[in-house]
Amino acid sequence: MSRQKESRYQQRVQAAYRSQLTAGRPVTILGVETSCDETSAAVVVDGTTVLSNIIASQADIHKRFGGVVPEVASRRHVENITMTIEEALQEAGKRLDEIDAIAVTYGPGLVGALLVGVAAAKAISFARGIPLIGVHHIAGHIYANRLVTEMQFPLIALVVSGGHTELVLMKEHGHYEILGETRDDAAGEAYDKVARSLDLPYPGGPHIDRLAHEGEANVPLPRAWLEPDSYDFSFSGLKSAVLNTLHNAAQRGETIVPANLAASFQASVVEVLVEKTIRAAREYDAKQILLAGGVAANRGLRTALTTRCEAEGLSLVIPPLSLCTDNAAMIAAAGYVSYTKGEFADLDLNGVPGLDLTASCAE
Amino acid sequence: MRVLAIDTSNLVLSVAVVDEKRVLGEITTNLQKNHSVRMMDAISELLDDLDMGPEELSGIAVAKGPGSYTGVRIGVSTAKSMAWSLQIPVVGVSSLQAVAMNAFGFSGGIIPLFDARRGQVYTGYYQADQAGLAELVLEERIMLLTDWLSVVKEQAKGAPLLFLGDDTAVHRESILADLGEQALFAPVSFNHPRAAHIGWLGQKLLMQAGTVHELVPEYLQVAEAEAKWLAKQNG
Repeated sequence: MSRQKESRYQQRVQAAYRSQLTAGRPVTILGVETSCDETSAAVVVDGTTVLSNIIASQADIHKRFGGVVPEVASRRHVENITMTIEEALQEAGKRLDEIDAIAVTYGPGLVGALLVGVAAAKAISFARGIPLIGVHHIAGHIYANRLVTEMQFPLIALVVSGGHTELVLMKEHGHYEILGETRDDAAGEAYDKVARSLDLPYPGGPHIDRLAHEGEANVPLPRAWLEPDSYDFSFSGLKSAVLNTLHNAAQRGETIVPANLAASFQASVVEVLVEKTIRAAREYDAKQILLAGGVAANRGLRTALTTRCEAEGLSLVIPPLSLCTDNAAMIAAAGYVSYTKGEFADLDLNGVPGLDLTASCAE
Repeated sequence: MRVLAIDTSNLVLSVAVVDEKRVLGEITTNLQKNHSVRMMDAISELLDDLDMGPEELSGIAVAKGPGSYTGVRIGVSTAKSMAWSLQIPVVGVSSLQAVAMNAFGFSGGIIPLFDARRGQVYTGYYQADQAGLAELVLEERIMLLTDWLSVVKEQAKGAPLLFLGDDTAVHRESILADLGEQALFAPVSFNHPRAAHIGWLGQKLLMQAGTVHELVPEYLQVAEAEAKWLAKQNG
């Protein structure tokens, strides 16, 4: 049953898009995000104004497992999905027929979790005949900054989270070039592992950050600069150095002050992240530096990057904490760029766990 | 009253539209893959063929499991989101009951089953009611096939047992070894779930449907990590 002609769905979507363009009204987008352990839905106007951003977090559920359990996360998403979307509309004071398009994270992430959001978004798009937009999760994190201030190109985005550590160059909206990425652990992952070795609860990032402020960075730890011109990162060596330090001290019967070790670890991570970001900004004449991802909530990183950018005369944008962790407002913001370009997904959109940032949803 | 029915809970993908009097259309494939990619296109194609828009639907029925966790979630997430958008009711129907419906009129024990790995099956014991429809007699469960065979033998009291589902092929030898001639197998065309059955069963439940948000899959078992955690708390 191969079908050449346009489906009714495609005709309705095109008609809705044309009528929106003709009317020239503000564009209201419903965003949906289920790539990990937060079920989130948001309503955003013109990619800049957040009307609502509902996040049903599962953090408390996964805490007892010491990490996110994909099957448990996926089950929660199905339970929460329509309620979360309804709350987002209610808080925004919008009816579903006032929504112009639906944008959803389709990767990267946990496949079972992604599929819930993707299925829901496709169903709503089909039922209402409105455009469907597939959004890359990292593009979402970067576009969280546009909810704070307008982007200026070229820009350098430092994306740091539990699953990602990337330096991204953007020369225009919706165009991404990865300058460097981690060769092993993501920065957030290293934080969690080091936190575990210090018997801190999951997720470890905020605990290390807090402890680091109480200690002194006096434990010698390596900095992984890699090749002189490389923008890549590596954190597994640093993580091992922390574990070795603890191990050796225990064998010698010495005590290591946890706060000092946390401060030393954080200093090493932050120094490498900040210096590579500044070097990239200089090389590409960046007008802006954007910080993005869950680790952007880290006070040590925020402070160091702010200080360095001020010293270098570089413009830095950091989203508020609520927009740093996974949320659907950032997905709607990134989706708006695709909307203005008319780049829509079809009903065969799938969840792609290892999605490439440079891939487009038109594929 | 036009009801859209969806089953992506196992390897078969099936979508249908039924009303009170007829099955208006059904698309069923047994390609055993990519439900996420293919399901919405199947629904779109079916409605286009029937020359109807989604707003003409008055209810949705979906196979809620048991089956593949991911498959069940794709169907349930789609069904509840679409029902929510259209402001129409949605109900979940047992994936096993949908297969048991294929045995309409059979007077013995009806045993639909899906393979659940490690020698286990998702299954239940159905029997024809006065109207000839499959009615649940022994509750649905996940169980070692060898244990289940003793259970059904006792319940059947010598009556013939009809095993249904594509996965019966995998377990045919063990079933025959235990039950001999008491076990019957249907022609392959009776083994797959059909969304038309789900739509017909669902239509009768739609009047008492709860809110859209309440619809959740029926996995028949807790997630492995949760089971381990619970065991640790109790042990």
